[in-house]
Amino acid sequence: MLAYIARRVLATIPVMLIVAFFVFSLLYLAPGDPAAVIAGDQATPQDVERIRASLGLDRPFVVRFGEWLWRIMQGDLGVSIFTNLPVSHMIAQRIEPTTSLMLITITLAILIAVPMGVMAAWKAGSWIDRGVMAFAVFGFSVPVFVTGYLLAYIFALQLEWLPVQGYTPLSQGFWPFLENLILPSIALGSIYIALIARITRATMLEVLAQDYIRTAKAKGLGSRGILFLHALKNAAVPISTVIGIGIALLIGGAVVTESVFAIPGLGRLTVDAILRRDYPVIQGVVLLFSFIYVLVNLGIDLLYTVFDPRIRY
Amino acid sequence: MKRRNFLAGTVAAGTTGFAAPSVRGQAAANRVLRFVPQANLANLDPIWGTQYVVRNGSALIWDTLYGVDSKLEPQRQMVESEEHSPDFKTWTFRLRSGLKFHNGQPVLSKDVVASLTRWMPRDPLGQLIRGRLDALEAVDDRTFRFRLNQPFTKMIFALGKNNTPMAFIMPEHVAKTDSFTQIKPEDVIGSGPMRFRRDEWVPGSKAVFERFADYQPRQEAPDWLAGGKRMNFDRIEWNIIPDPATAAAALQNGEIDWWETPLPDLVPVLRRNRNIMVDIADPLGNIGSFRVNHLHAPFNDVRARRAIQMAINQEDYMRAVVGNDEALWKLLPSFFTPGTPAYTEVGGDILKGPRNIEGARRLLAESGYSGQPITVLVGQDQAPLKAMGEVTNALLRSLGMTVDFVATDWGTVGQRRASKAPPGQGGWHIFHTWHAGADCIAPASYNALRANGDGAWFGWPNSPAVETEIDSWLNAATPQAEKAAFDAINTAAMRDVVYIPNGFYLGYQAWRRNVTGITKGPLPFFWGVSKT
Repeated sequence: MLAYIARRVLATIPVMLIVAFFVFSLLYLAPGDPAAVIAGDQATPQDVERIRASLGLDRPFVVRFGEWLWRIMQGDLGVSIFTNLPVSHMIAQRIEPTTSLMLITITLAILIAVPMGVMAAWKAGSWIDRGVMAFAVFGFSVPVFVTGYLLAYIFALQLEWLPVQGYTPLSQGFWPFLENLILPSIALGSIYIALIARITRATMLEVLAQDYIRTAKAKGLGSRGILFLHALKNAAVPISTVIGIGIALLIGGAVVTESVFAIPGLGRLTVDAILRRDYPVIQGVVLLFSFIYVLVNLGIDLLYTVFDPRIRY
Repeated sequence: MKRRNFLAGTVAAGTTGFAAPSVRGQAAANRVLRFVPQANLANLDPIWGTQYVVRNGSALIWDTLYGVDSKLEPQRQMVESEEHSPDFKTWTFRLRSGLKFHNGQPVLSKDVVASLTRWMPRDPLGQLIRGRLDALEAVDDRTFRFRLNQPFTKMIFALGKNNTPMAFIMPEHVAKTDSFTQIKPEDVIGSGPMRFRRDEWVPGSKAVFERFADYQPRQEAPDWLAGGKRMNFDRIEWNIIPDPATAAAALQNGEIDWWETPLPDLVPVLRRNRNIMVDIADPLGNIGSFRVNHLHAPFNDVRARRAIQMAINQEDYMRAVVGNDEALWKLLPSFFTPGTPAYTEVGGDILKGPRNIEGARRLLAESGYSGQPITVLVGQDQAPLKAMGEVTNALLRSLGMTVDFVATDWGTVGQRRASKAPPGQGGWHIFHTWHAGADCIAPASYNALRANGDGAWFGWPNSPAVETEIDSWLNAATPQAEKAAFDAINTAAMRDVVYIPNGFYLGYQAWRRNVTGITKGPLPFFWGVSKT
């Protein structure tokens, strides 16, 4: 197992290199000019050109890519063109809000969606099943920003229970931390809940039709035992796969959610950097996201062995 | 009682058992202003980056030698006295005593010399001073002097003007940074009323300014950038909220105190809230700009440019940009800001009255236009520019023109507009932008109006007549002479169609009713503002 983990971790290196090359190439080919943004609207073309030269953006692709790669290999993500701050510092500032948002969303989603899916499968065809499926369709269909605005309108503006926007670090207290993340997590989690609930239902339906479930019933085992000890454990592999795939969905959704709720996370950092063409920041964040995604996939692969002992690496 | 208030009260009571700390907490809250700026404060080098938001943040941190007041007249700020020779070639200035930087060091003439040396290459008026400069020298710790080889009458205006880049005074070691290189974040050290809390800065989310206890405000009442900049807050927090609907909700919910630029669409909602005040932000407003490329056909022919000029309907543009709130816009047969000494309509008749579509078609045909695609760059991520682009699209089609509508983001427009290549090969014919009214009052620093060919702003207009009249303004020593120059510039620039103003429009600002002292101006002025 350890050898497998080591191989998978090592395999991330070429993956990251390919990602790095593509990201750098795309940014090089994409239109837009950070120097023009920095110089401001009133700047002359000559001013823009001088700033471009001072940033080194007038040098050939190979030189720039080589320098960047060399720095990356030394653990240096570079310095933001706009803020003059190290990219690693900017990412460190933003990682807590995004991680918190995603962890709360995932936790919330699993706690809600899995029981929903199980119940829908257990009571297939009933009003519970139809209700869960209707919710899933709603969750899939309504964009995150619409859900976000609706939640903010109801729970912040009308009821004044929760704040509209912002983020408070955990170090400043658990409730202030949590109250800022409740609405964003629900907004972001709605699609995720819908996805997991549907997959759980579908997988559970398949498992519940298996012979060993009938045997368990025949033995007189209770519904709870059948559902959660026998059926759910066997359905866990595809469910955990979907949860893993959903992480990518969450990263995309976090960009929107963080903008709607003004959370200073990595999603907003990415959007701001793209709009300004802050190349070092874009490259740093994309590399980080790729790395996280590779690690999540590894984690899910390892989780398979827990759910299904027949799986060996 | 609302649940949040109840919870907060319960927690406070549970932890203290007394009401007094709550009162103290409220008083402390009143010493903090939560402000939502127009854009992200991505850096704090007002010479290197000349975005307005950077200028606005910098005005808290750095001080200037002079500052314009609400009459657009520069008043002494860091300067105690000044004198010039009768021929305007020698200017000598003396600094006020007791000025200190945030690191405790005194502000000396050497700091001023280094700061102005860094500022001059980046500023149009600074470049004019630089072109006449024999020496800029520190005479003693509080006295510095310009020695010029030609007269320069607009020196005080140049040092105190509020359009970017402003002549902020930095410590010498910071100001020695090249004008085209950004200063380090740890070098954000000014002598203004607030110091920057670099440790709390999260670019894209929050910037915090803390009161500078050693700041010595002038004795006069504050008036824009002039007078005593007395701060009633210990902290000013700039919260970057990119989504306007979220910012509106946060203001309604009392999570922020002051929003610099609410969208016109959201203003009716804000007005319905009795805890919120809404008013015009900047009386100098903005001038919408229809910018054409003078290098390529058909707009290298003045007849084609004039065809657009006689067909353009400013009302269409203004309604598209700010809606039907007629308090927010007016027609503008001028290149200059209404309500200022610069404003003139002389020469602007072509933009008045019924529009002449037929005449425009004839003029276009005379210019040789025969249906080739017209490349229009439209920044879709900037609401006013998207709106202007749509109107232009319809206008050009109504004139029988073929439109290559390039819908992209502002970053791409910013890059592509710098290209002099033919439109079909990466260049362009038309793009839209707007100019802050504060930038459209001094012709020599009004980049968009300059018409010096290759050295001009994007579009590269070439009109010796316009340049001659700008020189006349520069050398004008009396208000009458300046007025004559404004009339002549407007006439020449309209005749040669340097660009086409497509209207004048204002924007709103909004704040909680418990905040007082907010004034209208070209930037948010925090001095004199308080919260109860």
